[in-house]
Amino acid sequence: MSAMTLYQRRKLKNGIVIFSALLATAIGLGWLAAILGTLLFHGAAGLSLAVFTQNTPPAGATSGGLANAIVGSVLMTTIAVVIGTPIGILAGTYMAEYGRFAKLTHVVRFINDILLSAPSIIVGLFVYDLMVLPHLPGFSGIAGSIALAFLVIPVVVRTTEDMLALVPKELREAASALGMPLAYVVGKVSYRAARAGIVTGILLAVARISGETAPLLFTAFNNQFFNWNLFRDGMASLPAVIFFFSLSPDEEWKALAWTGALIITLAVLALSITARALASSRKAS
Amino acid sequence: MVDVALHSTAIAEPVSPSRIRTLARFRFRDNAFRITTRAAAISVLVILGGIILSLIIGAWPAIDAFGFRFLTTETWDPVADKYGALAPIFGTLVTSLIAMLIAIPLGLLITLFLTELCPKWLRRPIAIAIELLAGIPSIIYGIWGLFIFVPFMQTWVQPYLTEWFGWIPYFGNLFQGPPLGIGMLTAGLILAIMVLPFITSVSRDVFEAVPPVLKEAAYGLGCTTSEVVRHVVLPYTRVGVIGGVMLALGRALGETMAVTFVIGNAYQVSPSLLTQGTTISATIANEFTEAESALHTAALIELGLILFVITFIVLAAARYMLLRMERRAG
Repeated sequence: MSAMTLYQRRKLKNGIVIFSALLATAIGLGWLAAILGTLLFHGAAGLSLAVFTQNTPPAGATSGGLANAIVGSVLMTTIAVVIGTPIGILAGTYMAEYGRFAKLTHVVRFINDILLSAPSIIVGLFVYDLMVLPHLPGFSGIAGSIALAFLVIPVVVRTTEDMLALVPKELREAASALGMPLAYVVGKVSYRAARAGIVTGILLAVARISGETAPLLFTAFNNQFFNWNLFRDGMASLPAVIFFFSLSPDEEWKALAWTGALIITLAVLALSITARALASSRKAS
Repeated sequence: MVDVALHSTAIAEPVSPSRIRTLARFRFRDNAFRITTRAAAISVLVILGGIILSLIIGAWPAIDAFGFRFLTTETWDPVADKYGALAPIFGTLVTSLIAMLIAIPLGLLITLFLTELCPKWLRRPIAIAIELLAGIPSIIYGIWGLFIFVPFMQTWVQPYLTEWFGWIPYFGNLFQGPPLGIGMLTAGLILAIMVLPFITSVSRDVFEAVPPVLKEAAYGLGCTTSEVVRHVVLPYTRVGVIGGVMLALGRALGETMAVTFVIGNAYQVSPSLLTQGTTISATIANEFTEAESALHTAALIELGLILFVITFIVLAAARYMLLRMERRAG
């Protein structure tokens, strides 16, 4: 029985590691394919015009769509972005342009990074305490939008600060030397140079919140009907409808949940791929 | 605006009122803009402060009623209005632990593949595909987990786990019980896939920051790929990798929807991974809108407070580690 030489043993060990690395990558990619595959398989069958034109059906109905949920999602996401983006960009601007070495910046950066990864359900509880419980104005689209806005802010702060920090300081110095006040340097030089990056951040924020369910359950809740009023009654959203429908025994509801899942996944993936392409085209130029 | 400034200096001799006015306007706008941005930066702190404050106030009735016992009691009984957080805390920690045990080796091996083995042209597509796993909304993992993964676990995995490992003393207790599909193990596996991208993307960044000359020296001495990664890359990047792992752990602890679908929502502390359980976030998601008594709501908010404290500590540690790594990289 010949023992393995040291060299053979090392080679074998290396082979095992390389094989496991290949296997791990295959598992990761396979899992993505499995999820997307099932979504297409179960969701595509239900895709029809009715999905986009009809409201969510009551239990037992044989036809219906997701129109109110899609509109609710789009509406709340838009308002969340409109509220959250300016705050995020301004905060990021302070951190990169005015107080780059200030103590406040370090504290805000740290806290912001924590908010970035904090459980979103906690934000839902917070907004529930803030708006729903004191009936200001109770379960409503605006409460949902504000909960989502709290998730937008950290993403935008982070990317804005990072992107502004990448703008060469010579550009700012040149503008300042021409006599530009700092506010104009920021507006006319820094923002322009960092525009693609900041837009990427906003897209990433949209991608993140459009699939969020947990913060909406206690704020916007759900609504079987169309509701354009942000300040009254709950508002349907795709994720919430998927949640309620998929856990019900009603087959029609289940089918709609799969279709909704497919729509939302395609939308979110398209957004994140666009954001990535935008970011890399900026880097390349 | 630049030409306005230049223009006014050119014509103004000595200082004209229009120049003074322009400068005053510049100074005012400059100050206004600075103060606005500063207020926005401070608002980030206010949000965090508001979250903590509202959680403490909301949880106060429960803190007052149960005190420290809340953390060590297993009973969760809305009918008798008695609440203990042991089962949700246990479930949160166990599912996150399972997720980490699987996601760390898997993530590091994928990173090894991407940085050392993969041909250059294939790196970006594969890296993006892995990162897309993080982009899929958690509700999708939930519905996919419940309808596809749970039956798979029930038929193809759990019976064999019980058969192969169930007889081993002590260790076997982990795999006792009927194969229900849903439960701690399934939730942990889904979490593992969800946090995988966080580990790969952070460790890829730090792996690529290793000076090539270190790796080249090791290869030059005749090291194999696995030895280079084990003895050169990992020691150099340890702090950064741990930071990425903590970041992933923070996500796993707070993940809500995916877990809610597959964990079974049972208030019990059991050694078996095949049994149903619950997590903090799943409990809140399931019961919050249906809570009848004020104490029930307060107990749920206290659960939220506990979750927030745990994730805060984990994420703060992650940031600290990554910051140390960044400093070292210069």
